[in-house]
Amino acid sequence: MTTPTAPDAMYRNDEGLGIWEHRGKVAAVGVGHGPTSRRWDGRPETCVGAITIQALRKAIADAGVAPEQIDGLVVVPVTTTGAFWEEGKPLPMDVIESFNQTDDPLDGVAKLSAEWLLANMPELTNVQFTMYGPGCMSNALNVAAQAVGDGLTHTCLVVKSWHNFEGRYYQSGANVEDTLPGTAAITRLWGGPASYGTALQFAEYCRKYGKTHEMMAPFMENSRRNGLMFPEGYWAQHRPEELGREDYLAARWIAKPANLFDNDIPIMMSGAYLFSTAERAADMKQKPVYILNHASSNARPRSLTPTLDEVEAETARTARKIYEGAGITADDLSFENMYDGFSLFHQFHLEGLGYRGIKFGEALDFYQTDISIEGPNPVSPSGGNVGSGRSRVWMHTDCIQQLQGRAGARQVTGVEPEVAVSGGPMPLGGNFTVWSASPD
Amino acid sequence: MSKQGVVPDDFSQPFWDAANEERLVIQNCLECNRLQHPPAETCRDCGAGDSFEWKPMSGRGTIYNYGVVHDCPVRLLQEDQPFNLAVIMLDDDPGIQMFSHLPGVPVDDVPVGAAVEVIFEPTANGQLVPEWRVITD
Repeated sequence: MTTPTAPDAMYRNDEGLGIWEHRGKVAAVGVGHGPTSRRWDGRPETCVGAITIQALRKAIADAGVAPEQIDGLVVVPVTTTGAFWEEGKPLPMDVIESFNQTDDPLDGVAKLSAEWLLANMPELTNVQFTMYGPGCMSNALNVAAQAVGDGLTHTCLVVKSWHNFEGRYYQSGANVEDTLPGTAAITRLWGGPASYGTALQFAEYCRKYGKTHEMMAPFMENSRRNGLMFPEGYWAQHRPEELGREDYLAARWIAKPANLFDNDIPIMMSGAYLFSTAERAADMKQKPVYILNHASSNARPRSLTPTLDEVEAETARTARKIYEGAGITADDLSFENMYDGFSLFHQFHLEGLGYRGIKFGEALDFYQTDISIEGPNPVSPSGGNVGSGRSRVWMHTDCIQQLQGRAGARQVTGVEPEVAVSGGPMPLGGNFTVWSASPD
Repeated sequence: MSKQGVVPDDFSQPFWDAANEERLVIQNCLECNRLQHPPAETCRDCGAGDSFEWKPMSGRGTIYNYGVVHDCPVRLLQEDQPFNLAVIMLDDDPGIQMFSHLPGVPVDDVPVGAAVEVIFEPTANGQLVPEWRVITD
């Protein structure tokens, strides 16, 4: 079996598609996370494959289904954006030999294939459908939702994992070479860090609307607070430290106006969910969370980096697609839970959605009000990457758990959790899922 | 600042050859007469794949935006941290952007909106690369 990549037709990229044809007919039930760590310690039991297996088994148990009932698996095959196995570095043979391998020796160590997972989870005896949703969990969720709705699978696992190695993120490969190939050099000679593009957009935003970086502090404090109530997260598990206003504002710059905390901390983690049809989900262990729609943004900037105009146009367009396919409006959102890695673009998502009537240029003022989980206008109750480390997963887990009423200490109390949307990553280029406590 | 050297490939050769002659050229789609940068194998607007030219630019532009890099992933640039990293909009088409370290401009004292002109600086292996300086008069 060779796993295909999801075709473009599985994503809902366009406006005017109407209500999603499977609205309310697909549900998330089980949630599972593997343990987090800052970097891989080299042991077989902590490699990215191993923690993924743990996450998948937890999701299966959480849903209360027998493994043989599972007939689908959607995987994000890439498990890093900036930590790569150095060319020529000896392979970790003790780790490789601890698992059933595929043709790629780094499978399960620096990447994940569906074949590797199935080879190492013998209890999954009935998986007939596998597919890759490349990129983020946000992509994979869209693919899994569409696959279940289309009848390609009826009980489907969906998983995204991250590895992280020794050394600094992104500081390897071409970045440490003396020369660059000509095509890459046209854009990469100037050395912008990963957060540079977002920093630019934030700088333009501040100039246009008269805002400051300091105004981000309440959002950052709130996000870390929520993250420390996320037992699956990195900060809660390893460094239960609050992020105070002064700590945030005193942090060193990475790409001013983006500082250290505006950049998410790379970690190892794995998150998995069990999706099923609404009918089957009704008999499972946890309360189903119904999917009302999925929508995607495939816009690209005209040139090197998105302008603020391009960002605002696209987040508004994305919101229209989200609402149209789900048959909802901004007024239906119980809370806000969009992506935040990097933190300085979270306000773009929030403003695009028009959460609580916010318009362009108003989100940082909104951050100065009560955005806590106890208030009437929760912002990022997951805490996101700020609160739990780099994963692009937390907001999805949080939406499911909030709507199931089992978010624990993070449970929103100022609003009734009924409808939410999560997704990302970027304002230009992302995937979004609309969740509901009710199929209607 | 010492940028990494450049090894032109077939696709980018005209851009780098022009730079060595201190000329700025940008890829232009002959089907829809639209500039695009970074260059690509197909036109991102009309989808045409085989009718491009490298069009000479005036070499004038405006500072659109900037950030200050304090933690650069590129080893050769790290000794120059912190440094400005600006985005230039070309006068020929403000939708086309180019990066610049803005030589001569103090760190974090960048005049957004100022007029700039292209200059050419050597990289680590001698290949010239377009850079930009503020027009002062």
